[in-house]
Amino acid sequence: MPNLVMEPISETWRIVSGEFPLAIWETLYATVLATALAIVLGLPLGVLLVAGEEDGVLPLPKWLLQALGFLINILRSVPFIILMVLVIPLTRLLVGKAYGTMASVVPLVIAAFPFIARLVESSLREVDPNLIEMARSMGATPFQIITKVMLRESVPSLISNFTIAITTILGYTAMSGAVGGGGLGKLAITYGYNRYMNGVMAVAVILLVVLVQVFQMLGTKAAVKNDKRQR
Amino acid sequence: MIQIEGLSKTFRTSDGTVEALKNVSLTVNDGDIYGIIGMSGAGKSTLVRCINLLERPTEGTVRIDGQDLCALSEPELRTVRREISMIFQSFNLLAQRTCLKNICFPLELIGVKKAAAEARARELLELVGLPDKADAYPSQLSGGQKQRIAIARALATDPKVLLCDEATSALDPKTTHDILSLLRELHAKLGITILLITHQMSVVEEICTRVAILDNGSVVEEGPVESVFSAPKSAAAKRLVFPDGYEELPESETPGHRIRVVFRGTSSATAPLIARMAIEEHILANILAASIKSISGKEYGSMVLEVADADECARALAYLAKEPDLVAEEVNLHA
Repeated sequence: MPNLVMEPISETWRIVSGEFPLAIWETLYATVLATALAIVLGLPLGVLLVAGEEDGVLPLPKWLLQALGFLINILRSVPFIILMVLVIPLTRLLVGKAYGTMASVVPLVIAAFPFIARLVESSLREVDPNLIEMARSMGATPFQIITKVMLRESVPSLISNFTIAITTILGYTAMSGAVGGGGLGKLAITYGYNRYMNGVMAVAVILLVVLVQVFQMLGTKAAVKNDKRQR
Repeated sequence: MIQIEGLSKTFRTSDGTVEALKNVSLTVNDGDIYGIIGMSGAGKSTLVRCINLLERPTEGTVRIDGQDLCALSEPELRTVRREISMIFQSFNLLAQRTCLKNICFPLELIGVKKAAAEARARELLELVGLPDKADAYPSQLSGGQKQRIAIARALATDPKVLLCDEATSALDPKTTHDILSLLRELHAKLGITILLITHQMSVVEEICTRVAILDNGSVVEEGPVESVFSAPKSAAAKRLVFPDGYEELPESETPGHRIRVVFRGTSSATAPLIARMAIEEHILANILAASIKSISGKEYGSMVLEVADADECARALAYLAKEPDLVAEEVNLHA
């Protein structure tokens, strides 16, 4: 039976004012850093998935393409909470410890980069193949076609998709609080779930909602501003 | 000079192979405005893509100024492609770049400095008549303006050959005419060789000097526009000459002489031509087929007349020869 009684407001305020500024910082830090690193890995992978096809601009051996697709599907199908536990040895190796905000970035990146690769893939598939043909007819190299046509033309779509990614990763960051990650998720669990302080939990959840709203708003704005297709 | 010899292209699809081109040979001389006309599915697009090797021919050779393109490596081919620009039915402008940056695109590819590229792009905008559109995005332009920008972009690297892949098929008649005029003007000014493929007879009539008729993957007729269309031999050519299809021509019991009249921007004042001919020369011509468009007060298209005998035919041809911007020739369907 969940406890519906709230702790005294003064108690809520003490924890919120004392611990939340750091928690918000940790959540933002983990989310933004993990998203950035996941883009660094996922963007080239997404490009390969499209460009590497048989009739793509940079065809890859079929087995390699299939292996990449398989790896992505495996990583995407492991539930995040399980993945966090599974990668603990790697986290120790890279960060030196398995708990804390920095440590949570490792599983976040591993969970997010295959997702981002798929998002990039879908963005690049929207590029009109006639534009690629045009670039080829002008003597563009595969690299030039990828950077100047495929990626450049899909910037608005990439921004939209990266916005989806960052809000999803924000959710994962909160979840990582369950197994040693820092941030708002950790506070919601330790005070709200373990100590029945529903007021603290509510504030943590509201802050997460606000963060998602802010990311989504900024992302949508940037996507629209960067799209020159319709005015 | 573009020499195509024995060109074949076979596509493998899930349900067997498709022979898109069968043993095509033709020569386009420097300075020609060469038309390749055919119905959809005739293989035109494949043929034009084989010229810059966007499609690799299954058999045969493509030579440009004697150089066999099929023998080149990818990097060498990329260099050659700068000499053979292409414009498209769907314009293919980069939507996220301004017009100026679109024109800079081929220059960027070869590493031309930004300032030099932009200066060249502004020159080209001037040349195609859109100097005020430098900072506009493609979505803000009309179809005709988009094609002008695409032409400017195609000319940026000073190519020798301009390939036009159904470049006017998405445009209305007036805009088509404007674009063709621009192409003709650029041809005169720059001496560029133009090879255009189209399904529109009016395009060939208006601008081309030579024509090849492509039917079902093969060239069925080839030669100067006037001679091909005045004596169409193949079924495909006859279909093109008679706008509603030659099968539709009324059968007369005493087959008379047929005259094909091509209007090339004939002033509309000439319009009651047939009536005038009847009054002044007493020639009663029967109009068998006609497809004529009026574009800014000028007539474009063609008409097929039938007159009674050889004498009337000769007089009618002499009468029509006096009209400006109009070509008349006897059509012999049974040659």
